[in-house]
This record gives sequence, C-alpha cells and structure tokens, in this order.
Amino acid sequence: MESTAANATTNDDDIAIEFRDVSYSLPSGQRLLSDLNLQVHRGQTLVLLGRSGSGKTTTLKLVNRLLLPSGGEVRVKGDTGDVIRLRRSIGYVIQEVGLFPHYTVERNIALVPEIEDWPKERIQTRVQELLRIVGLEPHLGSRYPRELSGGQRQRVGVARALAADPPILLMDEPFGALDPLTRDELQREFLALQQRLRKTVVFVTHDLREALRLGSSIALMEAGKLVTVLPPQDFLRSSDPWAAAYVKAFGVGPDSADRGAS
Amino acid sequence: MNFLHFMVQNRQQVLELTWEHLWLVGVSTVLAVLVGIPLGIMISRWPQWNKPVLAVANIIQVIPSLALFGFLLPVPWLGARVDRLAILALTLCALLPIIRNTYTGIRGVDPAVVEAGRGMGLTDRQLLFRVELPLALSVILSGVRVAVVISVGLATIAAAIGAGGLGEFIYRGLAMVNNDLILAGAVPAAILALSADMSLGWLERRLRPR
Repeated sequence: MESTAANATTNDDDIAIEFRDVSYSLPSGQRLLSDLNLQVHRGQTLVLLGRSGSGKTTTLKLVNRLLLPSGGEVRVKGDTGDVIRLRRSIGYVIQEVGLFPHYTVERNIALVPEIEDWPKERIQTRVQELLRIVGLEPHLGSRYPRELSGGQRQRVGVARALAADPPILLMDEPFGALDPLTRDELQREFLALQQRLRKTVVFVTHDLREALRLGSSIALMEAGKLVTVLPPQDFLRSSDPWAAAYVKAFGVGPDSADRGAS
Repeated sequence: MNFLHFMVQNRQQVLELTWEHLWLVGVSTVLAVLVGIPLGIMISRWPQWNKPVLAVANIIQVIPSLALFGFLLPVPWLGARVDRLAILALTLCALLPIIRNTYTGIRGVDPAVVEAGRGMGLTDRQLLFRVELPLALSVILSGVRVAVVISVGLATIAAAIGAGGLGEFIYRGLAMVNNDLILAGAVPAAILALSADMSLGWLERRLRPR
C-alpha cells in the first residue's frame, strides 16, 4: 500500500509540463488550439509534429508564457507564478535563432547568467564549457553572429538556451533552416547532448524523419488539436489516418523505425 | 567676396552670434532628445498613443515657424526672456523627427531577436535597454541629425524676436538691402548645418548594428 502511494507521488513528480484542457484563441476570436491535454515527462523529448498552422508553436509558447491560454491550464514544474523566473528556467531556441546582433557570441551565451548576477569567473568558465558542449571552437566566442555560418549560429542558439542550465528546453524548428548535412550533424549532436544532459525537451518540427529520430514520443497535431501521442516505433504502424498520411508523405517504411528509435 | 571682408572686420561679432546660434540649437536639441526619445519609446510600447502623439508633433512642425515664435510671445514666463522662447520653439520643432525615428527604430528591431529575448526571461526594461535601444540607436541618431539640421536653419528666425544668433545679420541685411550682411549670417549658418550633418552622420554609421 505504502509503496503504491510512493509510486504515485514519484509519477506525479515525473511530469515536467502538463496541459489540461487548454485552448487558445486570438483576440479576433479565431481558435488556434482546443481541448489540448498533454503531459511531458521529465527527461523526455516530446516532439510536436504537424503541418504549418496546426498549433505546434502556439503550444510551445504557452509553456514559457509568451502566450496565455484562453481556457484550461498549463502547469510547469517548479513554477512559482513569476513569469520572468519561469522563463529563465526554460531554455528557448527558435528557428530564426534570434541572436543579439550587437553582442559577441560570448555575450549572447552569457546573457541569462549575467542578468542572474553570476560572478564573472563563473560566467566565463560556463561560456567556455558551453562552447565546447555545442562543438564550437573557443576562438569563435569573440565573433559577432553575422560572422558565423547558419549552423554555427544555431549552435550558439542552443548554447545560449543551455546557459543557466535550465531543466526544460523548448525548441521551435531549430534545425529547419539548415542545409541537410548540417541538420544531420546537429541532430546527431542533439541526441548525444540529450543523452548526457537529460533535459525535458519539447521540440517542434514538421519533419517526420526528424521527429522519429529525436523524439522519445511524438505528439501529432492537426488544426489546433492533438491527434495522438505515440512513441516513434509505434508511429509508423499507427492506424491513425493522420499519422498514416504523414508516413506516406515522407515515404518512410516501418523498417526505418529502428533508425528513428535508436 | 565682400562679405568675407566684412566678416573678418567684424569677427568678434560673428563669433558671438555663431556662439549664440550654437547655444540655441544645442540646448533645444538636448531638450528635444530628452522629451522625444521617451515619447518615442512610449508610443512603441502603447501603440494606441501613436496617432495622437505623432499628430501633435506633426501639427507643431507644420505651423510656420515665424508664427510659432509669435504665438509663444504672449505666454507669461516665456515671453519674459526671448531666448527661453526661442529655445522652446526650436525644441518643439525638433520633436517630430526624434519621436518618429525612435518609434521606427524600435519597431524595426528584428522580431525574432525581441522574441528570443523575451523568451529568455528579460524584463521589459532589460529588453529595452539591452536589446531594443542599442539596436535602434543608429535610426534614432539619424532622427536627431535631421532635427539638428532643421534647427540650425530655424534658429536664424529667432533673431526676428530678438533672441540673437546668426539671424541677426540676415535680418539686418534684409532691412538694409545689404547682401554682404545677409551672407555673413547665412554662410556660417550653412557651414554649421553641414558640419553637424556630417559629424552626426559619421557617428550614426559607427553605431549602426553590423
């Protein structure tokens, strides 16, 4: 009896992000999300998969409260109600990267630690460590974003999101604008990184291959609704018509599931 | 080139009036910056203020400047000293380009950068001072530059109400139908405008986010 109770609490503890009956409408009344119920477990990489306009990015922005739900509730573990605190405990990577063009790579990465008043030496060590983690040479730290390639910029974006070691990472099509080779490289590094860091990641993409490769589960969205949540192995065999349509469009057979799951 | 001869002969007065001119332009520009930039920031934050603020600044701008000086003359504290009045009129005229460019500059910052900053947990103030203002600086400065160039020209009118400046020569020259006198006022004013334009333009290019 006691052990089951303990189990129940650990399970509850295990949920990092939870959507309860969440809906979101624009001020104009247009509904972008409805009846969203979703749980993200700690250390999991949940991929939100769907076409443009399906509500993936909206869902993501509800987590760090760049948007507020029109109905329902979004719970984030450790949230005290202070939105600034919450955002600083959530790393945020977007497709356009959004590096500060007037700051060097180092200062871009150091921003959150800096406004969190970390001591100088600690920030410096951390920046060097992060450059190494994301595979950038130390001398790139003094460059400006415009002097970097697209892939390097996105690496800086990831380093910046990781700077204050947040438990949660939100990634909005971070590799979408990269060439296939660089994307492949970054995906591989993401997997290796995630193996080590075990962050709770919510990852938005419209690319099924990327979803299969990176996700520990895939949440398929369509027209503002959650269609289904499946582990990658099951996604290819799913009888769900939307999932099947996706599999067909991408031309991936069930045999590639192993690659996706590995 | 008779006016050059005149200027050399009266260099003391030329310098004095140039100094007065600079002072009128300098003080009014500083005031316009102190008022205009916060107003520009305000309307970039609360767009509902955008129209009324810019409309008022626009109206001030299109009132013929000579008339503006005239309107302000009967105002109690102001009318007591004409240089106060001239400075106020010049400040009002310099507002529009500064407000407008502050607004455009802030609105022109890449939305992805602003969103990244907000998502990372910057407060509104941090976002403004660390991201938006530095990135908008060169646009704001080009507004200041336009304002200064306008002011240097407008300040010649200040002489009409006796506030001094290089306009003195011009008005005297007009009254006496003496071209050399007019040039003695107009040429230094033009040089002032050009050098202000060039130096602020240089600064603007230096500060442009690369």
